[in-house]
Amino acid sequence: MERHFVQEFEALKTQLLQMGGRAESIIGKAIEALKRRDPALAKIVIEDDRAIDRLEIEIEERCVELLALQQPLASDLRFITASMKISNDLERVGDHGVNIAGSAIKLSAEPELKPLVDIPRMATLAAGMLREALDTFVRRDADRARQLVKRDDEVDALNRQLFRELISYMIEDPRSITRAMELVLVARNLERVADLATNIAEEVVFIAEARIIKHHAEQGAEGQRLGVPTPVREDDFGRT
Amino acid sequence: MTLEVPRTMPPKPEIPRPAQIGSLAPPVVPPPAAPAAAPAAGIEAGPAKVAVETREFSLYYGARHALKSVNLDLPEGTVTAIIGPSGCGKSTLLRSFNRMNDLIPGVRVEGRVRISDLDVFSPSTDVVELRRRVGMVFQRPNPFPKSIFENVAFGLRMLGLRDAAELEWRVEQSLLQAALWSEVRDRLGTSALSLSGGQQQRLCIARCLAVEPEVVLMDEPASALDPTATARIEELVLQLKSRYTLIVVTHNMQQAARISDRTAFMLEGALVEVDETRKLFTSPSQRLTEDYITGRFG
Repeated sequence: MERHFVQEFEALKTQLLQMGGRAESIIGKAIEALKRRDPALAKIVIEDDRAIDRLEIEIEERCVELLALQQPLASDLRFITASMKISNDLERVGDHGVNIAGSAIKLSAEPELKPLVDIPRMATLAAGMLREALDTFVRRDADRARQLVKRDDEVDALNRQLFRELISYMIEDPRSITRAMELVLVARNLERVADLATNIAEEVVFIAEARIIKHHAEQGAEGQRLGVPTPVREDDFGRT
Repeated sequence: MTLEVPRTMPPKPEIPRPAQIGSLAPPVVPPPAAPAAAPAAGIEAGPAKVAVETREFSLYYGARHALKSVNLDLPEGTVTAIIGPSGCGKSTLLRSFNRMNDLIPGVRVEGRVRISDLDVFSPSTDVVELRRRVGMVFQRPNPFPKSIFENVAFGLRMLGLRDAAELEWRVEQSLLQAALWSEVRDRLGTSALSLSGGQQQRLCIARCLAVEPEVVLMDEPASALDPTATARIEELVLQLKSRYTLIVVTHNMQQAARISDRTAFMLEGALVEVDETRKLFTSPSQRLTEDYITGRFG
């Protein structure tokens, strides 16, 4: 006998996936706008983000209602609370897309500083991680979600590398500072998108296994048990 | 003489559906299954028709003022839950809709209760016909000590239906609607008392639906049942609302939240608040309501 509330949960999942698709598309468009130096496309991104904001509100209201009206327990409860956090993460992905679009508009007004190589690579990685995270959410695949968390390191490494490269541009020619800073910000926003994708993956592990693995909780505990030192905390630019 | 029910149901009779048998309206063709509850479920273009209405309705058990000027509007095709602590008057209110309170000596009423076009307490109201239009399901399943078939057919026979084929068809439809048919189709002649508690309750629902009511009253319909049977009754309520107006008294707030479109909260005979369930359970307007549903009292 299929229970009525199962349909409600499915509807919530569908809405979240919709939101995820829009968030992915925003990042894609923002990077396109940057590559093509196209302010018109960048402005579309800003409009698209409004739809994401509306979805976040709808999803939040729906989750509160589901908690009140259906009293979910066990994995259903974890699914609802995790969904609220995931929608919050996706809304921030949208905001980062808007930031990138803002940088694209500014940079399109100035001569190109350097051909973009690392930024598109970071974007591809971050967008891929986001898509993968949403996929693990649909399948409740905790193992793939854990794998995803590790891929964040690659994006962080690219970010650090780009940061160093842009510093050297700025030292060589102070007239490049404005444009170089703008690119640093773009890289920073992409690095945050990758982080948000790992957040989503961590929520998926919570839904599937009731285990909270964020803040390196697993590594910390496991590591202490095995005598391995806990990972050193680094900031967004690789400084400890 | 026991009714012999054939093992396989005969094909539906060729005769055209009769327009009227006694006061029985022609059977309604079951609509396609209601789609999943979208946020706007149950709300169609234009204002919903009010099926049940009370205006300044008061009731006294002798000197005791049991219901205090209750004003309620319940739209057609919805489920309304009535919640409140013991003694708040919810069952008294429920029993007013089909005048079961008439059976209690010393009862006096004021104000008005309407079911569609019918003034419930008017002296000219036919109470028997009222109780056909407004059916009731009780807390403890109370099937007659007869066969499953006879339980459902009883009301139809009382209304004057004699045609065997028609009786069989209507019994089947009622048992289908009550989600019991598949479990009892091969033993309609066996005693109703051999069924489990949950099945007996669904049989009582089928019995009630057989005479085509407009309103179905349920007084704690699942409180005597185990969780699985309760879940089936709850699913059934959700399915039935596409065809009937249901009013469910329950002391289980979570159940009220799960199954109802609107919820009425009563306290000491008075209606404190009535609102859309989704609103009442997430942000009630009255402090008293909030205190009750959060378990601060009662």
